[in-house]
Amino acid sequence: MIVAERKSIPELLDILAGHKNVLVLGCGTCVTVCLAGGEREVSIIASALRIASRTRGLGLNISELTIERQCDNIFIEQAAEAIEKADAVLSLGCGAGVQAIAERFGKKPVYAGLNTKFLGILEERGVWTEKCAACGSCVLHEYGGICPVTRCAKHMLNGPCGGSREDRCEVRPDRACAWQLIYQRLKNIDQLERLNKIELPKEWDSSLSGGPRVIIRQDHRI
Amino acid sequence: MSTNNTELTVVAFCCHYCAYAAADLAGSMRLQYPANVRIIRTPCTGRLEVEYFLKAFEHGADGVLIAGCEEGSCHFKEGNLIAKRRVSYARQYLKESGLEPERLRMVNVSSAMARQLTDHIKDMVETVRKLGPSPLHRATSLTQQEIRS
Repeated sequence: MIVAERKSIPELLDILAGHKNVLVLGCGTCVTVCLAGGEREVSIIASALRIASRTRGLGLNISELTIERQCDNIFIEQAAEAIEKADAVLSLGCGAGVQAIAERFGKKPVYAGLNTKFLGILEERGVWTEKCAACGSCVLHEYGGICPVTRCAKHMLNGPCGGSREDRCEVRPDRACAWQLIYQRLKNIDQLERLNKIELPKEWDSSLSGGPRVIIRQDHRI
Repeated sequence: MSTNNTELTVVAFCCHYCAYAAADLAGSMRLQYPANVRIIRTPCTGRLEVEYFLKAFEHGADGVLIAGCEEGSCHFKEGNLIAKRRVSYARQYLKESGLEPERLRMVNVSSAMARQLTDHIKDMVETVRKLGPSPLHRATSLTQQEIRS
């Protein structure tokens, strides 16, 4: 899922400066699961903005709404009336959600209320970790299902680097060495021979360095 | 709601299994505590969400007290520990929003600790009294005055 983190209230007030009627718009998908932009967070941030507005005398009128998915026009339609009524939208969706809303409502200012961080998983209660860099050309099959592009601080395809201590990364000692994990995993599944292969430099043209990516499925187009 | 210091309002969310029973006992023991407190019974402090605290301030509370079981004694094992973390998170929001975080406090008592509960209430009311009425009151009063003039 996409993992995001809230912006601070003073930061949001700066972003919203000059607007009076603001809609705080939540998203019921990834950012709900990572506790950043779901219905509950919409309620908390809207409350905090109202309190901040009253303590600072800003006169903000904050309304709230959460839709199932901000990155999908079918669901965006459900917010159309509320968005039309507001002067501006503070989207608590991920970066894709914010842009989807902005594209759909061309004349409405739409602002990001979250910082979109990474593609990750819920590791344990209250802890999310990055697992995928969306590089566009997956190599997980070569590394026992552990991504060196994302989880090795040096993105090494032919590791380990030699700097790790025990099973800890030398760049961030609080993190596991991805190559230690890869070795252990390949050993567990009897595929250690994969490590004998020298991996060639990765083709990065499928990544973001080639500009925004598009996938077209002709079989699904009308 | 008045901005007079004698009419400050402190909302106290009291756990059914401890603080609420302690408040009941305080009544039986004829212990006095400030009349500023509005007690709300909750099945467990772990049931309380961050937005409840913020909404209480939004709706006119000058202070919010959360009274749960002693740590290690929660009827639901760790509800009071969850509440403790939520209170800490909500205080961060209060700070960012321009309200003093001291207006929100969590205390721990058992159902037998009526005297300690009344002391906590007195202390909380005193803290809020020192801080003065919530700035949200002042904002509201100003607006009402502006409307009147």
